[in-house]
Amino acid sequence: METLLNDFSPGLFVVSLILLLALIALMVKFAWKPILNSLEERESGIENALAAAENARKEMQNLQADNAKLLKEARVERDAMMKEARDITDNMIAVAKEDAKEVTTKLIENAQASIQQEKQAAIAELKKNVAELSIGIAESVIKKELSNKTEQLELVQGILKDVTLN
Amino acid sequence: MYNLIGAGLIVIGAGIGLGQIGGKAMEGIARQPEATGKIQTAMIIIAALLEGLAFGALFLGK
Amino acid sequence: MKIAQKTIKFLLIASITFFTSVGFASGSDKKHDNQNDGGRINTKEEVETYILHHIKDSHDFSLFSYTSDEGERKHIGFPLPIIIWSSEGLVSFMSSEFHHNDDGQVIVEKNGLKFAKIHSKIYEIDKGATSVSFDETHHATNAHKLLDFSITKSVVGILLIGFLLLFWFSRLAKQYKTKQVPTGFARVLEPLVLYVRDEIARPNIGEKHYRRFTGYLLTVFFFIWILNLAGLTPLGFNVTGQLAVTGCLAIFTLVIYTVSGNKEYWMHMIWMPGVPMLIRPVLAIIELAGALIIKPFSLLVRLFANISAGHIVVMSLIAIMFTLKESLGVVGATGLSLVLSFFITLIEVLVAFLQAYIFTMLSALFIGMAVADHSEAH
Repeated sequence: METLLNDFSPGLFVVSLILLLALIALMVKFAWKPILNSLEERESGIENALAAAENARKEMQNLQADNAKLLKEARVERDAMMKEARDITDNMIAVAKEDAKEVTTKLIENAQASIQQEKQAAIAELKKNVAELSIGIAESVIKKELSNKTEQLELVQGILKDVTLN
Repeated sequence: MYNLIGAGLIVIGAGIGLGQIGGKAMEGIARQPEATGKIQTAMIIIAALLEGLAFGALFLGK
Repeated sequence: MKIAQKTIKFLLIASITFFTSVGFASGSDKKHDNQNDGGRINTKEEVETYILHHIKDSHDFSLFSYTSDEGERKHIGFPLPIIIWSSEGLVSFMSSEFHHNDDGQVIVEKNGLKFAKIHSKIYEIDKGATSVSFDETHHATNAHKLLDFSITKSVVGILLIGFLLLFWFSRLAKQYKTKQVPTGFARVLEPLVLYVRDEIARPNIGEKHYRRFTGYLLTVFFFIWILNLAGLTPLGFNVTGQLAVTGCLAIFTLVIYTVSGNKEYWMHMIWMPGVPMLIRPVLAIIELAGALIIKPFSLLVRLFANISAGHIVVMSLIAIMFTLKESLGVVGATGLSLVLSFFITLIEVLVAFLQAYIFTMLSALFIGMAVADHSEAH
């Protein structure tokens, strides 16, 4: 203890006190403040950059999700449109078929009607001819009857032989 | 002469203490290697306190 | 150009390392005293006095000394100014006037006062006496010590390292203005700064308060560390082994944690809550003694003792070269001394860092105790 106290130099103590105070003050002012500030700035900068990158990544993900959604929607829409188009064409074909059928049936009907008419007309003509013939036969029959019954029959037979229906 | 005997006693005591600190710290590290940093810091602080005590005693006797 | 610069730097470092080992050995080989054998150190006692002399502060900066062919003692180094507060005010002269005498034989007269240097201390000789007389315990009887503000070797060391630190770190600070990541030597300093901030200041003081004290802790850390390392060079600084300097550092820490202590800190120290009334004053005495005396005392003694002990061990191991010369032979003694001192110097490099770390760490811990929010801790 005694040697220790003997070694202790109060003068050096005072000098080093002053020098150290000056050193601490100068170091804090010219070195540590700017260094620590810049370090903190850099750290917060890195932190911000990381956060920004994370945000960008999230945004990208969102965008991708949006894209997928849009794509899906577009596909659905396209499908719907295709279906609609198909429906319309089917409809059109059906309508056209119907129309065609209608037209044909009408044509057929018309044809049938005209055939009927012709037939009717033919029949009417035939009837008229038959009637005329009948009247003619009847006339000749009546004329013959007056003479002979056998002759009458012969006559009828003869006429009938001549007249072939149709 | 008596100073030297005293110094020897101090060194024995400090040696036992430091051995305890170091040994226990090693055991702790072996048991939980993930706490190495914390254990080392605590070990150094305690060793420093012990060292201060031992040096104080040594120089009181000088 | 760049390669050339690097080569120069490398050579510089290499020469410093080489000079370290060579210089240390030659430095301890000689002695300042003028003795019959030309001041050579051969005996155990001479080695001891030389080492004790080295541990102390000195008034001149001697690198090494040797004996010329004519038997004359030559000292390589330079004198430093002595500034003392004598009985008649401030007196200053160069230390070369003592002619490297350290036992009060050379007397310098200034302003009608007589001064002598005994064991690296300047004494003023009482009026009427012409020479210093000693009693049987080698204490001067007719002279007294003075308040010594000299620019001693330690002061030179503080100034040198102070300017070095200022230069290094202000350059590092300047680099941040132009770039994000420093280059060159500053790149080495940056992680050290970050280490002190993130491993010492932040965890021990706490996220809320650490900014205020980081500047002090950084200064102290680098000051102690670089001066410890400087002590291992042949320049032979023993600044951090001076009680005055370590005491100064310890008092700074004491003042800082005493001034910045919050209400809870003082409350717990003076009137500990939750303890029986009768024990409170006893506890207060213990706590006050711990905070105001034991803590700074342990800080100052630890650093001083570790560095002084380191110097003593290194120099003693180097002294093996001559103390064991007779029993081991020149080669054996030199080899043993080289191997041992090499390894102990390596350990001392580690100790240099460790002591700086511990001083800063404990300072941070004490400051952290003073500013901590006890409401959270309890």
